[in-house]
Amino acid sequence: MAEPPHDRTTERPDRSPTARLEMSGIHVAFGGVTALEDVSLTVEPGQVHGLIGPNGAGKTTMFNVACGLVRPSSGRITWRGQELRRLRPAQLSKLGIARTLQGVALFPGMTVLENVMVGAHRHAKAGFFSALFAVPTADKDDERLRRRALDALAELDAVAYAERYPGSLPYPVQKRVALARALVAEPELLLLDEPASGLSEDEMHELGELIRVLCSRMSVLLVEHHMDLVMRVCDRITVLDSGKQIAVGTPEEIRADPAVTEAYLGDDVDVEADAAELSGGRHTAPAPAGTEEAPRG
Amino acid sequence: MSETQTPTGEPGAASDDAPSTATAAANASPARATGRRSFLPRLTLLRHLLILVVGAALAVLLLESTELNTNIKLGNVAYLAVAAGGLTLLTGLSGQISLGHGALMAVGAYTTALMLDVERGDEPPSLFLVFLAAIAATTVVGALVGVAAARLHGPYLAGATLALAVGIPGLALYFSDTLGGEQGITVRPPERPEWFDNAVEQLSGASGRGLNDKWVAYIAVACLLVTYFFLANLMRSRMGRTWRAVRDQEVAAELAGISLGSWRVLAFVVSAAAAGLAGAVLAIVVQLAAPGSFLPVLSLSLLTAVVIGGLGSLTGALLGSALLVFLPPWLIDIGRDVFDMEEAQASQASFVVYGLLLVVTMLFAPAGLVGTVRLALLRRRAARATAAAGGR
Repeated sequence: MAEPPHDRTTERPDRSPTARLEMSGIHVAFGGVTALEDVSLTVEPGQVHGLIGPNGAGKTTMFNVACGLVRPSSGRITWRGQELRRLRPAQLSKLGIARTLQGVALFPGMTVLENVMVGAHRHAKAGFFSALFAVPTADKDDERLRRRALDALAELDAVAYAERYPGSLPYPVQKRVALARALVAEPELLLLDEPASGLSEDEMHELGELIRVLCSRMSVLLVEHHMDLVMRVCDRITVLDSGKQIAVGTPEEIRADPAVTEAYLGDDVDVEADAAELSGGRHTAPAPAGTEEAPRG
Repeated sequence: MSETQTPTGEPGAASDDAPSTATAAANASPARATGRRSFLPRLTLLRHLLILVVGAALAVLLLESTELNTNIKLGNVAYLAVAAGGLTLLTGLSGQISLGHGALMAVGAYTTALMLDVERGDEPPSLFLVFLAAIAATTVVGALVGVAAARLHGPYLAGATLALAVGIPGLALYFSDTLGGEQGITVRPPERPEWFDNAVEQLSGASGRGLNDKWVAYIAVACLLVTYFFLANLMRSRMGRTWRAVRDQEVAAELAGISLGSWRVLAFVVSAAAAGLAGAVLAIVVQLAAPGSFLPVLSLSLLTAVVIGGLGSLTGALLGSALLVFLPPWLIDIGRDVFDMEEAQASQASFVVYGLLLVVTMLFAPAGLVGTVRLALLRRRAARATAAAGGR
């Protein structure tokens, strides 16, 4: 109670991101099937990097490699000069990496506020014994997490839902709560997996603006189907097709790249229709296989 | 982002404000966004100490206003509830099942019995030390089991812990020289302090031979209160929230930086410590540690108590344990008096009725006693909120 509501800025005055995520020469094979072949990708500090490609191009696999859910058979992942390949997902959060899941994956048995407080796990200080004996500092620590969580919810216009259970909320609100849960950890790298799926035109527009605001304090890696969103918010884009990297560049360069057009058109996949289907019909659709149940070593 | 910021106002949405799964229905969410009015202090320590004092006063009232026979039964309720409290934390919060808590109780009971063996002539160690030793021994066993358990899920975990329930009491037969075999070890009753006699004399005027049983009942209830104080602290803290996250969504919990394995083991250790104390109290109450007290059916009864009461709720665990102790004799009485059955017949029938009651409860109130009440309250609150929103 004693703390000012916006203490986050005072804790770390300079919040401009400095760390770079570098993935190089990533190979992934599931059984005999090669999912990724020699893919490299660099997320520059403070930039929004898009990862696109037709269905089955390996976007989600690449994304899961970046956060440790899938281990590549070869290749290097460096973050702040540290090799990430051998890490388990639980350790990423300590390194300042947060991600959202394709399905919202909220904790159904907790209120929205508690959901977001779990996201602040890495900022918790009170340990087991202070909790066991209910030392007042443990309460104070939890109060701090609660304020952080409320701040994160406020940034996403979701404070009104703080005491509700996620199951009762519309899908777009659930997505915002899931995003708040990732943001409350104050990551330096945010991995967003299809954040626009299930959102309306307006909501998608607001999401785009939010991502531009976020990149002043973190780098963002974005996997997304909606081309217009990707083109609007990304600084750089990597295009995958059948597990191979076919183009890297600014949105303008990507739009002009003949290889990209061919990959999309030659695939018999109508990008717009594909995107429309994703945003329209499936409001509570479960995540396609590969996100939740990704094989973990 | 484009929706209205007030929660939806349609009447149909009222019931959606409750958690969607029965599992989570019984454990309250301690984190409140707005300072809701409550007569309890917000600070966990004050809040739980207050509840502890009120609980102690109620316990004294209950023990002094009932007969010796009921006193003994309340002692039984107390040790079952200590174990059930640990189990409700394990199963209700961290989402792991254990059919082996009876075996963990056996570890606590045998530790106690070895330290308080009647055949040993020397001065017995203080009860406090004995309890600590029992807790420590069980914690070690619990940690070992927990490390294995953290790798297992659902039916596999149930199977592995059930094996524990079957196996551990068998050790008493194998090492019959030290552990007393089938007969077990007789436990020396604890020394009754003089002030206790005087206090009871003042309160209810009881005196004489039954006082020792009364003293033991008081010890059991005190252990119950202290255990629940600690368990409630954990459940209300970040620990409880983290366990629930592990239970609800593994991948999301892991991405939040929670190491699933260590948190599962921690839950197992805490719950084993409670089971160890429960076993120690059992040994004091029945003054015996024998394999017959720790049949697999004890483990199953504990789980039943926890589920009937409402998973994840300490109140539920206490209610469930009380049902375990008081329901069967009550059913026998009804069978004998109302239906004119013979004692043995009534006793057999009571099992059938008991089982049926469990099945019916699970069918119509899968969230358990506490969970069902809490869901109803949440729905009423939500309905009132929508009514208020509509009236503006």
